[in-house]
Amino acid sequence: MLKVTKLIKSFNRGTPNEKLALDGISLVIRPGDFVTVIGGNGAGKSTLLNCVAGVFPPDSGKILIDDADVTRLSEHNRAKYLGRVFQDPMMGTAADMTIEENLALANRRGTRRTLRWQIQADERKRYKEMLAELNLGLEDRLTSRVGLLSGGQRQALTLLMATLRVPKLLLLDEHTAALDPKTAETVLDLTEKYIKQSALTALMVTHNMRNALRYGNRLLMMHNGRAVVDVAGEAKQILEVNDLMRLFERSAGEELASDRMLLAD
Amino acid sequence: MGQILLSAVSLGLLWSVLVLGVYVTYKVLDIADLTVEGSIVLGAAVAASMIRGGHNPAAATIAAFFAGSIAGLVTAVLHTKLKIPALLAGILTMTALWSVNLRVMNSANVSILRIPTVFTAFTNLGVSKYAAWIILGGSVSLLLVFALYWFFGTELGGAIRATGINKNMVRAQGINTDTMMIIGLMISNALVALSGALIAQSQSFADVQMGMGSIVIGLASLIVGEVLLGRRFFLVRLLSVIFGAVVYRVIIALVMEFGMVPNDLKLFTAITVTVALSVPYISAAVKQRAGARDGGGHA
Repeated sequence: MLKVTKLIKSFNRGTPNEKLALDGISLVIRPGDFVTVIGGNGAGKSTLLNCVAGVFPPDSGKILIDDADVTRLSEHNRAKYLGRVFQDPMMGTAADMTIEENLALANRRGTRRTLRWQIQADERKRYKEMLAELNLGLEDRLTSRVGLLSGGQRQALTLLMATLRVPKLLLLDEHTAALDPKTAETVLDLTEKYIKQSALTALMVTHNMRNALRYGNRLLMMHNGRAVVDVAGEAKQILEVNDLMRLFERSAGEELASDRMLLAD
Repeated sequence: MGQILLSAVSLGLLWSVLVLGVYVTYKVLDIADLTVEGSIVLGAAVAASMIRGGHNPAAATIAAFFAGSIAGLVTAVLHTKLKIPALLAGILTMTALWSVNLRVMNSANVSILRIPTVFTAFTNLGVSKYAAWIILGGSVSLLLVFALYWFFGTELGGAIRATGINKNMVRAQGINTDTMMIIGLMISNALVALSGALIAQSQSFADVQMGMGSIVIGLASLIVGEVLLGRRFFLVRLLSVIFGAVVYRVIIALVMEFGMVPNDLKLFTAITVTVALSVPYISAAVKQRAGARDGGGHA
């Protein structure tokens, strides 16, 4: 499904501020894998996701999605493979457009934009049904501006938009980090539901150890631009926070010093 | 007085086509495009030169429309492909257009006095000059409002609107934001040049200096329309553009009638736009300060 080979990405190359964000990471994700990615600040989690999404090109290495080499493909040209939800709830939707207009934009991901009317009547019915499943009362607000919604509502809508047209790979970049704990839980449960429903392959970056353990069938821990822990299946199911920290210390050769990860509940 | 108002309304309708163009860049794409100051002259220059050269006035007007779209294309390429900031890209094209316009006209101005224009068909029917401007200017801008309303309701138009709001989201939906900016800027400057062509034919000449201050007039008209009709449905917003352009001209006609010197006009317009643009910010700041004084007791 996704094959990342020896990916290297540095920022501010050739300046005193040079930062190696990805240090030759390789990764193979099988169809149906739901991988949680965890790691401290600057571990390279978001950089990995952004490289896969095409936000910036890697210095070297290869990215294959379904055997297609997308390494040099522009962001909009590889969008047809990807569903994406961002950390910032404002980033995934167009605030000044209505809920149905946003959904219609997402429903045409990867297709040519023509001079046909942007929303067809039969689409509206489908949107209404799908919004009703969110249980947020959005099904009666199809023509409301998205800017009027709360952060949690916008994130749930972005998630719906990312999966409306079934993606080959769903990329979730700390998509609940900006939400309050209760809303974060709702959005996470929704995420799991969508992934199960359509048997999606997903990569979810989180800074929350418990969520990384609770969701998904595979866990990846990153440190200094490399994957230092990679557990899947049953081995992951029996894993606990303490095990995770021991595993990290053994592989990274140093103590886990990210307050953000330890303190997050 | 009646004659003055009539002239103001008719002039406003001819300018409303330009204001629709400014709407596309300033409100839809969310950039201030200074190409306008050059593309209005380009439209006037192309139309006047072609009419003087014996071409059909309607064909000359359409040619002006397409010439304007090319000016928009140049700014768009500078901005999207060469990564020059939008404001600077517009200034560069505007500056270049000064020379281009002189080339097109072969001099600083072209007179088409006593040569038939698109308005002649109407004046031949016996209506007055101003009535001809109002009929043609009004129907062209109304037609454009409906065309824009339709276009921005299509898949492509929706993608262009989204590009002006959130480029990240648009790219994630597989849309090339560069292409959307290019199309938007081409449409905008085509409308501006069309307006220039109509204005040149109404005043029977094109002049290389006629674009000076046109972007501020466009912004002032947008603001007047928004203040008077508010930010309601999209169709109403587009209609308010025409309304704003007309009311702006009426306001100008009235202050001139009350004794303002024409030379002070640009200062007056600039101050009006400054006040209108800063009012939301100042009122928010005042409210915040008042809130701080009250210790935030009743927020």
